[in-house]
Amino acid sequence: MLELKRVVLAIVVLTVLLGIIYPLTVWGLGQLIFPAKANGSLIYFNNKPIGSELISRRFSGPGYFHPRPSAAGQGYDASASGGSNLGPLSKTLLEQVNQRVRDYREENQLASDIRVPVDAVTASGSGLDPHISIENVVLQAARVAKTRHIDLEQVKAVIEHCTENRQLGILGETRVNVLLLNVEIEKLR
Amino acid sequence: MDIFGWIQLVLFVAVLLLLTKPMGIYLFRVLEPGEKTILPRVFGRVETFLYKIIGIDKDREQNWKEYGLALGLFSIIGLFLTYFILRFQNHLPLNPQHFGAVKAHLAFNTAVSFATNTNWQSYAGETTMSHFSQMVALTFQNFISAAVGIAVAAALVRGIARHRSQTIGNFWVDLVRTILYILLPLSLILALFFVSQGVIQNLNGDVQVTTVTTLEFQAGKGGKDGKEIVQTIPQGPVASQEAIKILGTNGGGFFNANSAHPYENPTPLSNFIQVLAIFLIPSGLTYYLGQVTKNKKHGWSVWTAMALLFLAAVLVCWYAEAQGNSRFETLGLSTNSNMEGKEVRFGVFNSALYATVTTDASCGAVNSMHDSFTPLGGLVTLIDIQLGEVVFGGVGSGLYGMLIFIILAVFLAGLMVGRTPEYLGKKIDIYDVKLCVFIILVTAFFILGPAAWAVSAKWGVSQVNNAGPHGLSEILYAFSSAAGNNGSAFAGLATNTPVYNIILGLVMIAGRFLVIVPVLALAGNMAKKKLTPPGSGSFPVHGLTFIILLVGTVIIVGLLTFLPALSLGPVAEHFLMTGSNKLF
Repeated sequence: MLELKRVVLAIVVLTVLLGIIYPLTVWGLGQLIFPAKANGSLIYFNNKPIGSELISRRFSGPGYFHPRPSAAGQGYDASASGGSNLGPLSKTLLEQVNQRVRDYREENQLASDIRVPVDAVTASGSGLDPHISIENVVLQAARVAKTRHIDLEQVKAVIEHCTENRQLGILGETRVNVLLLNVEIEKLR
Repeated sequence: MDIFGWIQLVLFVAVLLLLTKPMGIYLFRVLEPGEKTILPRVFGRVETFLYKIIGIDKDREQNWKEYGLALGLFSIIGLFLTYFILRFQNHLPLNPQHFGAVKAHLAFNTAVSFATNTNWQSYAGETTMSHFSQMVALTFQNFISAAVGIAVAAALVRGIARHRSQTIGNFWVDLVRTILYILLPLSLILALFFVSQGVIQNLNGDVQVTTVTTLEFQAGKGGKDGKEIVQTIPQGPVASQEAIKILGTNGGGFFNANSAHPYENPTPLSNFIQVLAIFLIPSGLTYYLGQVTKNKKHGWSVWTAMALLFLAAVLVCWYAEAQGNSRFETLGLSTNSNMEGKEVRFGVFNSALYATVTTDASCGAVNSMHDSFTPLGGLVTLIDIQLGEVVFGGVGSGLYGMLIFIILAVFLAGLMVGRTPEYLGKKIDIYDVKLCVFIILVTAFFILGPAAWAVSAKWGVSQVNNAGPHGLSEILYAFSSAAGNNGSAFAGLATNTPVYNIILGLVMIAGRFLVIVPVLALAGNMAKKKLTPPGSGSFPVHGLTFIILLVGTVIIVGLLTFLPALSLGPVAEHFLMTGSNKLF
């Protein structure tokens, strides 16, 4: 019985320490030091929150760069993150990828010898991947420039500006944030 | 397999190697009775205060039964607390999304899952758990289940190092000191670092943003949707949970997508720190083993054996994912690398690295979807778990798991040369070997038994996401993950059903406590033995021969049991992929 009393007391104090004091300390310090990041890295456009820098959202018009396919909910549903979980021999997966390759070629009017970037036709792990690869951006640039009647070189300059290199020069992959890029493109007007 | 992947791999192993000794010395200072840490005195005051409240004498040690009793009661009561918080979260504060009570079978599964350091998740966090549940029920469990694992490892190491001793330490002291001196300060630092990278930490409800067409309206051109779409972005205290989830090798994500979610793992640097933090304590524990047993070469030899197994796994996984899905070859893609279920910022290498680390350790966090890996890439993750997660392994559980294999290896070596097997001056007797074999068998039994039942019953097969051999892999992975207390998944399997939740819950309990109890009994038995000075016939537990013997024992004893099941799952799938046109 003595042991049981100890257990209960231990659980009570540790719950307060680890379940309440610790997360609230991180909350306080986080809000103080990195408020924008702690609150979701939200992006504002004309004073309206239009999304989070870290969370992919749907862009379907030809005047915008398109993010990767998403298996989150009905697509880009930030309240239902996740991947397709389709295995390599899944008929559904093969059909989906095939369809996306055809769509991508048509949208961007690719010559038959140009290869389609793999990230443009596969669903990400979170369904909310905010980035696309450089090859993917470059192949979409002509479409965006043409739709907006702006110079391709201008678009390429913005892409250059928005490219994120490997972190510390080594870690991860070179990539472009689709939402930030589209906002910059929007500012070109 | 590009040059940047190789650089990152070398960097990862080098940094891990550099951190092993300092972490090991620190662990020694925290866990060895009478040692002091370098932390400020205020920690000592909190420690004394906690002992006073709980009502224990820190100098009174326990025998293995007392130690086990305290540990068992503590885990059970903690489990009940978590269960009831989940059941009543709709009446508790910090529930801005107004989530209802968690269903009984799911609350049972989740409470067991977090109390056993598994963190299997049959639910999606962003649509199930209130902020209060995430903090008080789940973050709290992450700490204590991790501390329990480290305590058990420390008890076993003490048992090995001591002689003619009845006691193996004091559970309460190990628990309090582990939390206070290791997990809490490191988590605090990690959590703030994660926030600096973009991991969120707030108590807000969902943020609503108007998407797409707002921008398109501004432009006045280009949009084809013509209507405003609202995107709902869940918020919450993520960073505080993320830190201990990784450091304590728990692995339970705040969000469904776990560390693939940009709010949990936003940058390549946060990713690098996560894989490093998963291995940090387990790697340090090998040095701790060397220091306590006064045989540092032994500690480093164990580290080397683990590192070799790790390298083999990560290279195979990376190679398989870089080769990709051969069925995509005719589609005219830029590269055949498998990016389904992976994030662009991590790419193939960091996804393969994370998958290997998380399954080598009993972590179970994922930064890519294992279910969509190539057959061989997925096979690596399955094998890692089935080996018993002893390649660095879970915090504490990795070391005590590896010590079981070490004792078996020493026993086998003894049989081969016809000498009484001994380990660090202790004769290994029948009782020790029986306990070790029991531990190996119990995991195998609780993986293969329920998996066999599931694949032959409607409740089991009706929930798979992929037909054919991949469906078998999904089920096999689920029970491997549960029995091994890993928690990662071939997540297509929809396990949020009463039968799955209850059976997986029971398997997790068996996989945790039917291992911990014999480990403590082993610790008690080893502590009692007298020390025999090593003779010329003693098998040295360091050096190349030992490392090869240990790696061989892990692979043969650990893996052979599962070979038939693996050949019907991922192995069959691989040959179907490369040698046929079959789709499922």
